[in-house]
Amino acid sequence: MPAFWILIIVFAVAAAGYVLGRRRAMVSAGGDIRNLHSLPGFYGTNVALSGLVAALVVLAVWTVAQPVLIERSVANSLPPDSYASTAERSLMMADVRRVANGLDQAVEQGAMTEQASRDIRTEFTDIRTRLGEIGVALGSNVTAATLRAAQRYRAMSATGDLWKTILVLALSLGGTAIALARTNMDFRARPTVERGVLVLLIAAACIAIATTLGILFSLIFNTIEFLRLFPPAEFFFGTTWSPSFTGRGGGSQLGILPLLWGTLYISVVALLVAVPIGLFAAIYLSEYASPTVRSFAKPLLEVLAGIPTIVYGLFALLTVGPLLVDVFGAGGLLGVGWMRGGTAVMTAGLVMGIMLIPFVSSLSDDIINSVPQAMRDGSLGLGATHSETVRQVVLPAALPGIVGAILLAASRAIGETMIVVLGAGAAAALSLNPFEAMTTITAKIVSQLTGDADFTSPEALVAFALAMTLFVITLGLNVLALWIVRRYREQYE
Amino acid sequence: MDDLRLTERSVDQTDIKISARNVQVFYGDTHAIKDVDVDIEDKTVTAFIGPSGCGKSTFLRCLNRMNDTIDICRVEGDITIDGEDIYDRRVDPVQLRAKVGMVFQKPNPFPKSIYDNVAYGPKIHGLAKNKAELDEIVERALRRAALWNEAKDRLQTPGTGLSGGQQQRLCIARAVATEPEVLLMDEPCSALDPIATGQVEELIDELKQDYSVVIVTHSMQQAARVSQKTAFFHLGNLVEYGETGKIFTNPEDKRTESYISGRIG
Repeated sequence: MPAFWILIIVFAVAAAGYVLGRRRAMVSAGGDIRNLHSLPGFYGTNVALSGLVAALVVLAVWTVAQPVLIERSVANSLPPDSYASTAERSLMMADVRRVANGLDQAVEQGAMTEQASRDIRTEFTDIRTRLGEIGVALGSNVTAATLRAAQRYRAMSATGDLWKTILVLALSLGGTAIALARTNMDFRARPTVERGVLVLLIAAACIAIATTLGILFSLIFNTIEFLRLFPPAEFFFGTTWSPSFTGRGGGSQLGILPLLWGTLYISVVALLVAVPIGLFAAIYLSEYASPTVRSFAKPLLEVLAGIPTIVYGLFALLTVGPLLVDVFGAGGLLGVGWMRGGTAVMTAGLVMGIMLIPFVSSLSDDIINSVPQAMRDGSLGLGATHSETVRQVVLPAALPGIVGAILLAASRAIGETMIVVLGAGAAAALSLNPFEAMTTITAKIVSQLTGDADFTSPEALVAFALAMTLFVITLGLNVLALWIVRRYREQYE
Repeated sequence: MDDLRLTERSVDQTDIKISARNVQVFYGDTHAIKDVDVDIEDKTVTAFIGPSGCGKSTFLRCLNRMNDTIDICRVEGDITIDGEDIYDRRVDPVQLRAKVGMVFQKPNPFPKSIYDNVAYGPKIHGLAKNKAELDEIVERALRRAALWNEAKDRLQTPGTGLSGGQQQRLCIARAVATEPEVLLMDEPCSALDPIATGQVEELIDELKQDYSVVIVTHSMQQAARVSQKTAFFHLGNLVEYGETGKIFTNPEDKRTESYISGRIG
């Protein structure tokens, strides 16, 4: 039975359980809810949850685990002489899956009986033609071993699905029945439901954490794999980035330094734009603006934060880049000829700075607002002017928070992708000229993985090493930001 | 409270420092202060007493135009200091506040060192020619606030690290350091324990030699202990104003008597 139908049934049982549990509780109390320990709804919820939780957990775990286990079992059962290396074995397994799917479709379309699909042998039937007739294209002729493995695969899947259905439905019905049996007017349904809610919340938190850990481990393992294939010293200290696109390994120079330099350079330009503007805007909004101005200026500024970065990228490519070329390019307004094309560090940096303004201003505004009014009164009461108060009392008090905000903005800048892909160019260069095209770690991750990527070559795996580097940098910045904010916050409250 | 001694207390000086005539304060539509006339004398401690929300703090904040920082607040009437209208267009509130110092209800030292807290006012008003002079001003202010002995070895440590009573004395030192002529204190002891309160009260008594001190307080004992003149506010009106001894022993108004004896407020 497909998982969808199992889900529907489980939920239907739970819904029925709710109604039955509620009714049973009411009956046991003689129809007067004052005799019940908990409100009737809690008894219903308790029954519904009992039927739901265990069944859904088993369903989820089973659905994820079954293919993995079957895959492993079938792969182990392949005759050892039919493949030479692990790579060949995984190719063979791909064939097995395709044949198994093909057989499934053949049975579904009625081109083959279930019995026949189990019994056919390569010795008597040309599987490739048979499956080709019903629209399943296979790349090569099916060997006897592959077919047998595919049949084994199908058989195990079928058994697994059957047991899954039985177990899940049994849990659903059993849980509901047990909970129903326990339902009477003295049963403490409310604390039980409360515990159920707690478990639900914990489960949600665990999923979030587990996903993060999963991503982290996948990064780590792939990075290790890359560093096994490629000399770490060349990666970390190489000053040239020129991956070979044709060859399988060899000839590629994958030095991270030009990318790191491009990333940091563009981020610095972006912060030079965003920090003063954002901070001054925040000071104006929180210290000087009247409530009316504030009430429409702040949301307006925050709209900037909602613009997708690809739009900023277009803006960089189509507006800011050409504008800068008109000024700094050859034959431009200044006649300096510093800039050769629209894509440059300056283009990406300026636009990214604009993107970060609301980030800096919004956080700083909150922080400045949280400086106690008593500080301002104290300073004003001593005869300080408004700006003296802001400069000498409010900003120093808010400084740790502002530094935190700037570091968070920096980690945003370092991880930004779309703007640099479109605005900064694709050439990895180690140069000081801000009007030259450069590229960043994120942009190179994109270019290494778009198109046909062979995930066993260092040219593709380098993306993970780059991502890992990026992750470590931004994580470091975030930790530093949080540390600064926490370390100095209590002092001022 | 020693009632007998209160009646004997006399006021040495009779120079009028602050004079308020027909003062009205509005918060939006709320009429917070109604027709207040009062003359505050120089080198005297004047106490404002009254129940919560009676407008005594609001009136205090009119005296150095701190109410200007509240958008919806409007002040009418005349308030003069040394005969000069402080609500005149030509008067810079910033200059005025340098002349009329203020100490707040809760100690609010800046997140700076003790030294920088005290030096803050002198620095922004350019009262010191050089570092040595500034050091001298800081020391004098801390001595005046009876904090020097406790703070002299830790001038560079944060002012927020002091105890509550020390912090409030630091705030007084900070206000004194700008050489004000009037010192306004808005319930300066409400966040302090009795010992710290005693120290601050002692300090107020000394400060009156040089300044006109106006103190808002909820504690009638405190008003009786430290002040020479007392003004009783009720529902935005100045009900009675006179010598502290007289207010506490022989009030003219029924409301004052009720408040003093604990029947209202």
